[in-house]
Amino acid sequence: ATPVPVVDGATDTLNGQGDTMAVAGEDTAPAHAKFGLGRVALPEEIAAWNLDIMPDGTGLPEGEGDVWTGDEVFAENCAVCHGDFAEGVDNWPKLAGGKGTLDRKDPVKTVGSYWPYLSTTYDYVRRSMPFGMAQTLSDDDVYAIVAYILYSNDLVDEDFVLSKDTFLDVEMPNADGFIVDDRAETEYDQFSQEPCMESCKESVEITMRAAVLDVTPDHGGDEAAAEPAPEDDASQMAEATPEEATAESAEESASAPAAESEAAPETADASTPDAAPESADDSEPEAAAEEAAAVAVAADPELVAAGEKVFKKCQACHQVGEGAKNRVGPVLNGVVGRTAGTLDGFKYSKAMIGAGEEGLTWTSETLHEYLADPKGYLKGNKMAFAGLKKPDDVDAVVAFLEAHP
Amino acid sequence: EPDPLITEVQDWASTTGAGVDATPYGLPIEYESDVVRRTVPWLTADPISSINFTPIHALDGTITPQGCAFERHHSGAISLRKEDYRLMINGLVDTPLVFTYEDLERFPRENRTYFLECAANTGMEWAGAQLNGAQFTHGMIHNMEYSGVPLRTLLAEAGVQTEGKWVYVEGADASSNGRSIPLEKALEDCMVATRANGEALRMEHGYPARLVVPGWEGNMWVKWLRRIEVTNGPVESREETSKYTDTLADGTSRKWTWVMDAKSVITSPSPQAPITHGHGPLVITGMAWSGRGAITGVDVTMDGGKTWQKARLAAPGQDKALTRFYLDTEWNGEEMFLQSRARDETGYIQPTKDQLREVRGENSVYHNNGIQTWWVNGNGEAENVEIS
Repeated sequence: ATPVPVVDGATDTLNGQGDTMAVAGEDTAPAHAKFGLGRVALPEEIAAWNLDIMPDGTGLPEGEGDVWTGDEVFAENCAVCHGDFAEGVDNWPKLAGGKGTLDRKDPVKTVGSYWPYLSTTYDYVRRSMPFGMAQTLSDDDVYAIVAYILYSNDLVDEDFVLSKDTFLDVEMPNADGFIVDDRAETEYDQFSQEPCMESCKESVEITMRAAVLDVTPDHGGDEAAAEPAPEDDASQMAEATPEEATAESAEESASAPAAESEAAPETADASTPDAAPESADDSEPEAAAEEAAAVAVAADPELVAAGEKVFKKCQACHQVGEGAKNRVGPVLNGVVGRTAGTLDGFKYSKAMIGAGEEGLTWTSETLHEYLADPKGYLKGNKMAFAGLKKPDDVDAVVAFLEAHP
Repeated sequence: EPDPLITEVQDWASTTGAGVDATPYGLPIEYESDVVRRTVPWLTADPISSINFTPIHALDGTITPQGCAFERHHSGAISLRKEDYRLMINGLVDTPLVFTYEDLERFPRENRTYFLECAANTGMEWAGAQLNGAQFTHGMIHNMEYSGVPLRTLLAEAGVQTEGKWVYVEGADASSNGRSIPLEKALEDCMVATRANGEALRMEHGYPARLVVPGWEGNMWVKWLRRIEVTNGPVESREETSKYTDTLADGTSRKWTWVMDAKSVITSPSPQAPITHGHGPLVITGMAWSGRGAITGVDVTMDGGKTWQKARLAAPGQDKALTRFYLDTEWNGEEMFLQSRARDETGYIQPTKDQLREVRGENSVYHNNGIQTWWVNGNGEAENVEIS
């Protein structure tokens, strides 16, 4: 039998059991001939992918992080979506608060109010955050971020240092708040009674209409379908979904009622296939490429196309092209030639606004320097991006941006 | 008055049509361009981590074409070449293994048809009727024929050790979307699929390989599957603690609510599919499914539940797959309150929304399988309502 590498605590039990192949699994898996396919996974390979951390902390790496370091690391990497105090920006998740809300309408579920295991926070931040740049944080940074999130939830003091040794000292307030699925006991019997087929009720009254607080997207169907609910009152939308409705959705709801004259053309557009969000996305790059070819003779279509690919690294935060909106980052149409920090409707960092006031304009040259090292080039700006390491990538993405005047 | 479409020679009856290579891989004809996935922008912070909806109001039969089957990504749909694909099995196994895509194709494989429903399907309707369209209320579902390798075959290749009680599965995308699954389920009917409806998985459905977890919530069907770890306990990852748990009225939450209970919905008539043909014969149709087995019957009411009749199943219900039902009737302009009620082979009968709220309160997001009502007015237009 092949020796079994031991990677973490979860596999400790494998020690000395490398010879159980013939018997192992017989009581669980049906007997199967081996096909001899695949190859043995190497210890380094398993270590690279096996990042999971069990509720008891098994799998936690060496290292540590304190609250104050966490404050800084969080501000740099997380605050753009989750807010400086983990309170959440727009529709992005709140990470703090919500204590005592679970039995109320619209409970606020955060690490402090809801998450039963601290292991989940470390595991998730390390493998999936920051959004669009997963697995770029050091283990110490992750410890620091988690320590800061705990502090934001009043779960630890300001001098707390998180490591594998202090991990189990943290009490998660909602640890006992979960029960294993009990539908079989609480529901299945009463939902298995022979149903009534005849004369089941005297009268039928409408108790609620979707048209009253209609939040259906206005391209929800063909035109005939849109008609039954033309008097939708979009202003009620915020009431309908208080948690979800954000500044952005409010903005959209303002233009939503098809009854208003101005919105009508938009609705018509939206019901055509090309304007469906997905196909719009798909057609965008081509259209953009065509446009670029027509406008700027000097633009190298291949470089622009390469830049479009590089731009994938940016699109978690930035939109470009027709219909682009400000997201976590500003719309980048016309960024080349723009004075830094001046796009209407986007909340820039002080550092970015200041740089603009001091005369920073985005040109091919300044963008090259900025994109190679965003933090170094402009200290204190809130773009949480480590920069493009390959000069070719910078060339390409700048060409792509130049093609979107 | 004779119909000119018949009496006059039409262009298409005189000139030629498109040649065989006009579309090497075809899209639906332009007249069906309205049959597309749609999203609800206010639901999520960003379209990269979001969901869209299958246009179930416009489909028939049971198989969902991949091109309009709803998508849910936690970190965007990634483009992963078969050549770059690796699947690792590690943990409590005799031999941790790495498979290439080609390896997967050399194991004996099966074909199985299953529905995939997001646990959040109909979730926005917990507190009341909100979205006007079957696509939006019930469109987080699809049903495909998968070709792939039973998970038990792959696990046997690595040799599961007796301490192994769970598998932890994760994807290759940045979210990784890890979920823990009891070993019993993994060995029972899970599979690693490489094809759906005969063709390679589409990018948005996990190309080149995804996990299939029949009857259980869609989030567990990990796409771009890259690792299966045999463990002695659940990992309690983000998607199985902070999300995909069900908070009850008293603030406690159910976890491990994996199975999708029996459910049905009338897809036509419905708000996006009004009656436009006037009085006379009317086909009422919809779909039913259960994560606990086969659908054995569907009842339909046209008067809001005063009287019910048995719908006709297009085919006998299949295990954990969509069943199409029809009620062939006459409509003469009367107002209707349409509902459907599914029954599965365990004897479970789809509850009303009020019955569900009675047990769970209104704070839940997931697992809303309550009976849906469409109010059809004299013009044949339909609206999403709740009734007494």
